[in-house]
Amino acid sequence: MHEMSLAEGIRSIVEDQARAHGFARVTLLRVEIGRFAGVEKPALDFAFDVVMRGSPAEGARLEMIDLPGQALCYDCARAVEIAHRLDPCPICGGGKLIPQGGDEMRIKDMEVV
Amino acid sequence: MCTVCGCGDTVTADGKPISHDEAHRLGLPHSHAPAFQPAALPFPHVQAGHHHYGTGAAGVSVPGMSQARLIEVETSILAKNDALAASNRRVLTALGVLALNLVSSPGSGKTTLLCRTIEALGEAPLAVIEGDQQTSADADRIRASGARAIQINTGKGCHLDAAMVGHAVDALRPRPGSYLFIENVGNLVCPAAFDLGEDAKVAILSVTEGEDKPLKYPDMFTAARLAVLNKTDLAPHCDVDMDLYEANLRRVNPDIEILRLSARTGEGMAAWLDWLRARLAEKAA
Repeated sequence: MHEMSLAEGIRSIVEDQARAHGFARVTLLRVEIGRFAGVEKPALDFAFDVVMRGSPAEGARLEMIDLPGQALCYDCARAVEIAHRLDPCPICGGGKLIPQGGDEMRIKDMEVV
Repeated sequence: MCTVCGCGDTVTADGKPISHDEAHRLGLPHSHAPAFQPAALPFPHVQAGHHHYGTGAAGVSVPGMSQARLIEVETSILAKNDALAASNRRVLTALGVLALNLVSSPGSGKTTLLCRTIEALGEAPLAVIEGDQQTSADADRIRASGARAIQINTGKGCHLDAAMVGHAVDALRPRPGSYLFIENVGNLVCPAAFDLGEDAKVAILSVTEGEDKPLKYPDMFTAARLAVLNKTDLAPHCDVDMDLYEANLRRVNPDIEILRLSARTGEGMAAWLDWLRARLAEKAA
């Protein structure tokens, strides 16, 4: 959706971390992306390459870790895991689910030198 | 434990136990933990009588320092925006200002709804932040209806963010106990993820857009507290099934509140104004 803005957010976190920890270069950056975060992974990959130029993460490898989508079913009142936003409840088949997790966009860690 | 592959094996050379690291150095056969990858071998990189110390990730060798280290970050990518939004929220709450983030696709009638709302609210203090890629047309329309407005042009940006809104709030200085309407860039995708510090997102959609719109753009309608189904005066002309609109909205967000209205004819406006006054009263409480 707005992968360029996300890449800019990553860059600013990388630059903060470089000041705080005194490293020169990031070789690997791992991000956790929830199923419902609305992040288009190939677009983030592309934006990452472009936006990191001139930063400590230039040329770094970006690894994206998928986090499952979680929802609360209003029909059976149970927390369930669903793959797609509009999937029915896997337990009762109900259609009224409210997402409860899976919208994460988080930098997990980075390997630095 | 072996620092190369993490296994705990001991190896013997000529009947004498040696460490696993030493077995590597000697090139002796030994077993590896399953996770072992040859690429994880330590430096120096040995190649036909040539020892390279600068080939590691760091490009330099420092005794006692590993070539790479891992930093736990665990920070949300939007952490900066979220922190600025929290700050906006504290400022607005301290003032007792009700801030509403109006989101929709382009052309759903946000600005017309706002102009009619401003007229109907009469003397109630309010201010408007207008977001568009270009032009100050919308802020001009709002000012013509008598309200204070700031136009934010995002340039190439597809959404307002908390920093933009923070600057606009500081410039507008909304009066205590007033309404602040933030008209986001017409876009049903990106503005869903960017918290501005508002009390609620209000999604506006018009009856001409198609009943399946909530299913096509679920993120926005899940994030919204209220959906306003606008242009109901056009419903007889476009074969729209208003109940299906509502069913699809509730499918993506069972908690969503829904109002049907026509900003043009005024039909249904009273319920919208009641909703606004109730939210402002809650904020003041």
